[in-house]
Amino acid sequence: MSDEDKFDAIIVGAGPAGSACAYLLAKEGKNVLVIERGESAGSKNVTGGRLYTYALELVEPGLHSQAPLERKVVHEQIMMLGDSSGVTIDYVDYSFKEDIPQSYTVLRAPFDEWFAGKAEEQGAMLASGIRVDDLIIKDNKVVGVKAGDDEMYADIIIAADGINSFMGQKAGLCGELTPHMVGVGVKEIIELPADTIQKRFNLATDEGTARVILGCTQGIQGGGFLYTNKDSISLGIVYSPESAAKQDKSIQEIFQDFKMHPAIYPLIEGGNTVEYGAHLVPESGLKGVPKKLYRDGFLLVGDAAGFCINTGTILRGLDLAIVSGIAAARAIISAQSSAEVGPNYVQELEKLNLTPTLKLFAGWPEITSIPRMASAYPQLANDALKFMFTVDGNVPEKMPKAMMKIARKHVSIGQLLADGWKGVTSI
Amino acid sequence: MTVKKQGAEELLGLDKFTVDEEEPHIVIDKIICGKCKDKPCLVICPAMLYTMKDGEISFDYAGCLECGTCRVMCMQKGITKWTYPRGTFGVAYRYG
Repeated sequence: MSDEDKFDAIIVGAGPAGSACAYLLAKEGKNVLVIERGESAGSKNVTGGRLYTYALELVEPGLHSQAPLERKVVHEQIMMLGDSSGVTIDYVDYSFKEDIPQSYTVLRAPFDEWFAGKAEEQGAMLASGIRVDDLIIKDNKVVGVKAGDDEMYADIIIAADGINSFMGQKAGLCGELTPHMVGVGVKEIIELPADTIQKRFNLATDEGTARVILGCTQGIQGGGFLYTNKDSISLGIVYSPESAAKQDKSIQEIFQDFKMHPAIYPLIEGGNTVEYGAHLVPESGLKGVPKKLYRDGFLLVGDAAGFCINTGTILRGLDLAIVSGIAAARAIISAQSSAEVGPNYVQELEKLNLTPTLKLFAGWPEITSIPRMASAYPQLANDALKFMFTVDGNVPEKMPKAMMKIARKHVSIGQLLADGWKGVTSI
Repeated sequence: MTVKKQGAEELLGLDKFTVDEEEPHIVIDKIICGKCKDKPCLVICPAMLYTMKDGEISFDYAGCLECGTCRVMCMQKGITKWTYPRGTFGVAYRYG
């Protein structure tokens, strides 16, 4: 093998982490090959979804204005469902759409394809429709990849192959995924005319809504989400498969019940489902990140590295993927020798605030996994509000007594104290 | 047509698939599955591709959404092979 046959970098996976990395490396004049198993970039990917814009701007200022993004999120909502009721907290903030809007709703197929195309414009080579099967390791250094009978070599291999990272496993950095490390996201894309969406959600033509929903999983640990796209709604749930396996109802049926809930159905009524998707989501935050993110000749980025943050109101994965792709590119560009790349990458992740932010939220998965978050607390909130809004001609109970009764119906004092303690110590 | 409750098969019918007829990307061992008491695959697969037929687990890889949930949840290792489909095969999301 001559040096001419060898790439400066091979990136496995043309998702946001892979494309961000390819974009910056190619811009620097590096000879980059991106290998994507889908027939086009994005065809294997699913998001909730929303993209926090800052990440794209870190790749290149102004880049977001060219991207096929959906709506600027100004309505941030938390919804708690009861059996036939719902409590919605709506925080609207129009500063979120000013200048560079804070976040956009997004669909992955068009977005990923566009982003990979941008990397190609910078000079990266994209080979789609090819599944990488194995790594080539020589003298304890990762030197290339195998796809079928083909072997391709590079100075560095970047694993951007997503949550089921076979490359990370073959490199010996990722173990087997365990049930508590992941959530399963399922969603439907429901088409509706743009003006119908705007009327139902009180939006201007460019504005969007992001909603997290509790109490919609029939007691299974997890929650729902709703994002308004330009002319469709992304509606789905993310559930713990471990928790789902403890009961008998198919998750697909639970999702269908949620869709038809009297407080959800009017939002999607008249719409037309055009796609059904599912994907795993890393759920354990910092704990799910492999101890080592590199070995000689090899880096892990994006979901393959388990980068995610879920605080209940903030769900971040796409932006962290892009930031980790940037960190990888910077590390490769600044390294004087191949041995420096890995340590440089870890430093760049610090400098770009990714690792410090993950550390800050390290305890939060403990809170989002409190079993009562999925059912008891949302029902309690609904019952409390029902009491406050009910008039039936009878003399109502005194407020403190009624509230105590409602609270006790759903949680014991011991559980309340335990959850409160968990909350305080986890944050 | 308006939004309504739909079965998994109907929903999968909306997605675009290119099935690899030569090489299934997921293979199960029905003998191991027969001994598995919990059978979490029956409820956790978003596409409901694991079903009971004549007292044994039946699996159809054709409508697989490639999420990996069954791989994570299969404790008895009845899934003897789990890979992604070969390049260009499998699901192709148009929205994602």
